[in-house]
Amino acid sequence: MKKKEVVIVSLLIIFAFVLKYLIPKPVEFSYTVSMIVIILLGLVFVYILIRTLQGQLIGRRVVFLLVGISLSLPFFMKLTLNIPVSPEVRSVYDALQKLPPGSKVLAAFDYDPPSAPELQPMAVAFMKYAFDRGLKVIIMGLWPQGPQQADQAIQSAFKAEPSLKKKIKYGRDYVNLGFQAGNEFVILRMGESFKAMFPSDLYNTPYDSIPLLNNVSNFSNIDFCMDFSAGKPGTAEWVQIAVDRFKLPVAAGNTAVQAPMVYPYLNSHQLVGLLGGMSGGAAFEKLTKKPGKATTYILSQSFAHVVVVIFIIIGNVAYFSRKKEKK
Amino acid sequence: MKREIPVAITFIVGTAYLIAYFIPHEPFNYFENWFNDWFAVIAAFAIWLGVLNLIKISTIKIVRKSPDWPYSVLIIVSFIIIVFFGFYEGYRGLYANPHYSFRDPGTSFDWLYVNVYTPLSATMFALLAFFVASASYRAFRARNFEATLLLLAAFLVMLGRVPVGDILTSWLPHQYQLSQWANWIMHVPNTAGQRAIMIGIALGLVSTSLRIILGLERSYLGND
Repeated sequence: MKKKEVVIVSLLIIFAFVLKYLIPKPVEFSYTVSMIVIILLGLVFVYILIRTLQGQLIGRRVVFLLVGISLSLPFFMKLTLNIPVSPEVRSVYDALQKLPPGSKVLAAFDYDPPSAPELQPMAVAFMKYAFDRGLKVIIMGLWPQGPQQADQAIQSAFKAEPSLKKKIKYGRDYVNLGFQAGNEFVILRMGESFKAMFPSDLYNTPYDSIPLLNNVSNFSNIDFCMDFSAGKPGTAEWVQIAVDRFKLPVAAGNTAVQAPMVYPYLNSHQLVGLLGGMSGGAAFEKLTKKPGKATTYILSQSFAHVVVVIFIIIGNVAYFSRKKEKK
Repeated sequence: MKREIPVAITFIVGTAYLIAYFIPHEPFNYFENWFNDWFAVIAAFAIWLGVLNLIKISTIKIVRKSPDWPYSVLIIVSFIIIVFFGFYEGYRGLYANPHYSFRDPGTSFDWLYVNVYTPLSATMFALLAFFVASASYRAFRARNFEATLLLLAAFLVMLGRVPVGDILTSWLPHQYQLSQWANWIMHVPNTAGQRAIMIGIALGLVSTSLRIILGLERSYLGND
């Protein structure tokens, strides 16, 4: 490691330390301060445009720094944005809304920590809504870390709404069946028998001793399935097997990268609905009237998207102006 | 026999699945369930195989002092730590009253998962935002018609998927706002492209699967 890099890393650690322990919480910019920050950022981009037009491209590190600032500053801003609700998010909400209390919902957690920043907020929102509506949630995972992510989502839901913790009981209102290796073959076997794939839950409680699973033998006893997925095995496998073969209604929560790949299933009505990326999670929170982390993070993501678009514009303006000069 | 037995197993299992899909009744569904259970067992062993392979490769790298060998030391040390705490908490949980799982909140395994594994993994994924921004500034140019189309689609979807898009176009009627453009792009051109890819992959899968089931394609057996 070079001396310069050591200094930068040390400064970042000191900055994080100051932010975490020395600055009183909560740090929140007023509307005026937020606007001043946005204007200052805008001026920086004007400067970058001028420099780029002069043929001096800014360094990679400056781009990284600007993205970092644009991602982190919105966390302190007191701005509220009107979140657009896409038809696919509304479909998920409508489908869940139609389920009567006591309906059994299968929640498949097919992701791991790298995708958690995007998928965890929507999983928490789903848990809050499902528990609040009195839906019975059966959790499982085709990814090894999935069931632990589900546990974290439930703990976060309880923390956000302490009244749920008193109301909801493990084994009666929800159960975590854990992870089972075998990818799509697990889904295929569950179509015949849940117990064959999950003889016990995550805590080694035998399948037959769990009250919630008393009348659950296969997909025909499940009213709805919500799949949180970050790749394979995930939504595509649930559609191809659980939907096409066993006629289970399935909705999905996907990362923004994966979401475009499942749109064909939406248009063919194989998939009930889709929560795509952070914006999908924020829109779901808006519909359920339970704002959570996705609503907070969407401002940050908005800034990041705008920054990327500005960089694209600046890069192209410079490209075309230089092309014109050459002619 | 080293090649004939795997080819025979592949043929029997592949044919059984094929028939069971179209005739989901006795005895074919029985065979399908039986093979599904077997697959779960084999997949569980595959995880172990993957872990052992990773350790083997990392150990060889350390012994040979290959480039970046200190990272292999990190892999093995991290592996030992997480396995140790997993077994330790599992053992303690088994004899505790009431029982608890090694990954329950409050256990040292969970602490490592939440405070080390999760932030590190999320950081790796988050780096993407920085590289995308840098690439968009330095390389994303409207050099030709296709690149311009891609750029335009990226522009509309990136802004239309976040609330800022509608704020920027709030002066327009609702159906012309950026979120509506983004929805149209995702539902029409994106779906068309994805369908084409899906159909292509499916046709390729069907032909390759048939070749494997019939024993015409044997490259999966290796060269031994």
